[in-house]
Amino acid sequence: MSLSSAWSISRSVNPPRMVYLDFPLGHTAGRAHDVQSQKAVVMAALRLLEEARDPGSATTLSQRWSNDDAWKDAVMRPRIKADRDGEFDDDRMERFATPQYQESEDADLVTGDCSTCVWLEE
Amino acid sequence: MRQPPIDYIERTREQYAALGYPPYQWVRNQEPLALSIPIKPMHEWRVGLIASGGIYVAGQVAFHFRDDISYREISCDTPTDRIRTTHFAYDLTDSRRDPNVVFPMDTLRGLVRDGTVGELSHCAYTFMGGIYSARKVRDVLAPAIVTRLLRDEVDVALMVPV
Repeated sequence: MSLSSAWSISRSVNPPRMVYLDFPLGHTAGRAHDVQSQKAVVMAALRLLEEARDPGSATTLSQRWSNDDAWKDAVMRPRIKADRDGEFDDDRMERFATPQYQESEDADLVTGDCSTCVWLEE
Repeated sequence: MRQPPIDYIERTREQYAALGYPPYQWVRNQEPLALSIPIKPMHEWRVGLIASGGIYVAGQVAFHFRDDISYREISCDTPTDRIRTTHFAYDLTDSRRDPNVVFPMDTLRGLVRDGTVGELSHCAYTFMGGIYSARKVRDVLAPAIVTRLLRDEVDVALMVPV
């Protein structure tokens, strides 16, 4: 059972069941500090697990991020660099190859082998 | 005005084209995977949770951003204020204020308390969703997590991508 905030990607992957929430990426399981919003998402998933009888069943939630959908306009739209003709600004974050801690202190909390970190052979 | 869902596949194609890269090869499965229908009633389910939003716990090694195919076990009794998020492809502002937006652990714990579901598995599994190689996910990471879920004997599993 998969939640989703990216309809086209999830449809392409084609999970057995999905619950779609039309929110910006980073809110797949509901709105921050909104227990009702979050519970509605997980309950829709549990209900679909209980009720779905056809592979590919999907529920689209009615929750809206805002009264208009203007937030969608700027998402992943390449911008032309202001200072150079015809070149696009690559605003994607660099793919750092070292652990990226939320808090810098987190790095100091790691002691010895992390027994709950599982490293897989490629 | 109401707009249709953002077509992230199309926008990725446009973005890559603008930057001079060939199109990304998205996973395409023509048919949905087969459905396994839960046998027990919902209030008896053991629920498993998998999340790809780069979630780790303070004390664990964080994820890196270059095809990190490792995963973390996160005990389902972990205090929420120890849960962290790291990722290069989404705005982390809200997930760092309230990790439940990408890792609904408090939500699920509430549903256990009120008897909606039976219990949570002993731990959740998390990884870094921005893995460029779909092959590594399909052949290495996904089978490893499935093996764990089967060993945990979960009745249902909830996947939370970002």
